[in-house]
Amino acid sequence: MIVAERKPADEVVAMVQDAKKILVLGCRGCVTVCSAGGEREVEIMASLIRLGLKKLGKKAKVIEGTLVRQCDKEYIDGIDQWKGKYDAIVSMACGVGVNFIANLRSKDRVFPALNTTFFGGSTDQGVWSEQCAGCGDCVLHLTGGLCPMARCAKSLMNGPCGGSVDGRCEIHQDVECIWQSIHDRLGRLDSQDSMNNIAPIRDWSHGGHGGPRTSQRDDLTV
Amino acid sequence: MSFTPNIQAFCCHYTSQQSLAEGKEGLSQDGMPANVTINRMVCGGKLQVSSLLKAFEDGADGVYVVACPPDKCHNVKGSERAGKRTAAVKKALTELGVEAERVEMYHMERGLHPEFIVAAREMNKRITDLGPCPFNGGSK
Repeated sequence: MIVAERKPADEVVAMVQDAKKILVLGCRGCVTVCSAGGEREVEIMASLIRLGLKKLGKKAKVIEGTLVRQCDKEYIDGIDQWKGKYDAIVSMACGVGVNFIANLRSKDRVFPALNTTFFGGSTDQGVWSEQCAGCGDCVLHLTGGLCPMARCAKSLMNGPCGGSVDGRCEIHQDVECIWQSIHDRLGRLDSQDSMNNIAPIRDWSHGGHGGPRTSQRDDLTV
Repeated sequence: MSFTPNIQAFCCHYTSQQSLAEGKEGLSQDGMPANVTINRMVCGGKLQVSSLLKAFEDGADGVYVVACPPDKCHNVKGSERAGKRTAAVKKALTELGVEAERVEMYHMERGLHPEFIVAAREMNKRITDLGPCPFNGGSK
């Protein structure tokens, strides 16, 4: 999922301090799963905005809503149900949702309530960690399913650097050296010999360095 | 200028049952401040961040939570959750430039005991000293 976290309340309040009618808009996709932008968090954010504005001596009508997703046109159209009831939207979706509202609703002012952080999973209750970098050229078949692009601080492709100590990364003791883990896992899978293969120079043209990426499936396009 | 704070207490049923059985008059005789309003919850685990924020929206100058010791919750994790959610509200108040000590978590043993009254009196004194909440026009 896409993992995100709430922006500091004062930052969001500053964005909307001149608005009179505010729609706090949640998303039932990834940000609901990572407890950053679902219905419950919308309720909290709406309350924080009301309190923040009150402290500034300002007043606005703050309403709450949640869409199935904010990354599909048909769901963004659902904003019409609040027509006339807002002059600013505080999106609690990931950055994709904010962009989609901006793309599709030329006259709506939209502000982000979250910082979108990474593609990850929940490793423990209330804990998420990055697992995929969205690099566009997956190498997980070579690395035992563990991603060196996302989980190695240097995104190395041919084993650990000299900063790997006792399975930990030199950037912090809390960070595992994913290359140590890849080595150990390939060993358990009796595939350690594959580490002798030198990975070819990567083609980064799929990695976002050539500008915004698009994906089109002809079989789905009618 | 005299100031009587609006204080909202959120109390776990199990923690506060015996204290509340005394009734308003009994609690008052024990020294419970009259300006503390008690909101009962079935368990500390029922507490939501939004409930505490709503109390401030409704005009509270201070809010506190009373629940069992973290390792003695009837529902195992409820009291711990209450503590974490109260801490989340402290953080949010700080972000908004409001004193974090306007919200507090008290863990205490179940049963009739002076600590229940002590917590209320402590919060009453603390919030009286702080003055009106900035959300209600007070300054910080």
